Amino acid sequence: MSENLLRVQPIRNGTVIDHINSGRGRKILEVLNLSESGTTISLLMNVPSKKQNRKDIIKVEDRELSEDEIEKLALLSPKARINIIRNYAVADKKKVEIPEMITGTVHCSNDNCISNNERGATTQFKLLDSENLRIQCAYCGRKINEDEISFL
Amino acid sequence: MKHVVSIKDLDNKRILAILKRAKQLVSIAEGKKKSKALDGKILATCFFEPSTRTRLSFESAMQRLGGTCIGFADPSATSHLKGETLTDAIRMVDGYADAIVLRHPREGSAKMASEASKVPVINGGDGAGQHPTQTLLDLFTINEEMGKLEGLNVGMLGDLRYGRTVHSLSQALDRFKTKFFFISPESLKMPTHVTDELANKWSTHDALDDVLSKLDVLYVTRIQKERFPDIEDYKSVAGAYRINADLLQNAKSKMRILHPLPRVDEIAPDVDDTKHAAYFRQAFNGVPVRMALLEELIGAKK
Repeated sequence: MSENLLRVQPIRNGTVIDHINSGRGRKILEVLNLSESGTTISLLMNVPSKKQNRKDIIKVEDRELSEDEIEKLALLSPKARINIIRNYAVADKKKVEIPEMITGTVHCSNDNCISNNERGATTQFKLLDSENLRIQCAYCGRKINEDEISFL
Repeated sequence: MKHVVSIKDLDNKRILAILKRAKQLVSIAEGKKKSKALDGKILATCFFEPSTRTRLSFESAMQRLGGTCIGFADPSATSHLKGETLTDAIRMVDGYADAIVLRHPREGSAKMASEASKVPVINGGDGAGQHPTQTLLDLFTINEEMGKLEGLNVGMLGDLRYGRTVHSLSQALDRFKTKFFFISPESLKMPTHVTDELANKWSTHDALDDVLSKLDVLYVTRIQKERFPDIEDYKSVAGAYRINADLLQNAKSKMRILHPLPRVDEIAPDVDDTKHAAYFRQAFNGVPVRMALLEELIGAKK
């Protein structure tokens, strides 16, 4: 960790998303729309890691993640860890977890699914397999694999 | 609140109870006996897509039980076209009726309607998705014709790729130790999302001849012109999967042919007069099966 800390300064307040699957960091910035929030963000890519060989890390200053954002993060990188930083210290640590029901974050890949065609509808997916991420639309029953997941 | 969105909502015990009750209701369905079981109850039939058979058999079932029906058969006559959401439509209709039958062109619409409704929702077909009452009446027909549901050799012929009736029926029959024979052209094969979930033995075949003599039930579906870019391709495929009385000489004498109807020319009229033809009885069976379901969901007077 100390070696990593030298690369980018510690942040005073905010969130460090650690243990992101290597190569997923950029996608997470994009999906969570973090760059638009106006705060300072650092993305470290391909950082050596004991646990994972290589990992990505994102540091977001002065901001914590909402439940929705954590849910999306879990779907993008199930092994990620969230560290809440307050006054340079880790105030809270969270593992991300994919909920059994994924609500309002993912888009159904079936164009004819009612969830894509009803104004005000909220999408819902059941978690089938969290190891080889696979989810199923609660409405039309379409099964979607990790690489086919697209976010709202 | 009980809804019937998918055949998966019904466990075997409930399916068998519905089939048993349906059998008891046959004489009422035929108009030979009268019933007031659902006297004063109202069924709303909301058909956002036309389907004569499903709608008429539900209306017949409700009225045979002494209930009445309201509804629409054509969404162009409703506020659907003005942009009303399905959820809003259901929240309105559930105040007017004791149960709702929904037919809708989009997959998952019955599930969505069931979340909005204060009264039971029955899926009368949602897009390429589910049509559980068709499956129930197919099971009832097989049980009546064969005297049992367990351990039959069931052939399915025609468009197995897009035909939702054969998908749901396969899922349901799989719980009853069925051996499946899927007979179709390569381009209309049973999809893997169905076969992957089957616990029993299944095999695919190009031609009916290969397996006909083994079958207890042959479920025929229509091969639709729209599935073929070339009309000549359609004609040759449809011709190759046509059944006539001659062809059935190798079949077991007790073998029964089912078809969800309407048929075009996949079953020649000369089959109608053979002992194998069960499809018109199957169409009638939609009434007692839907009666049994309505009784269960709305709650019949004792």
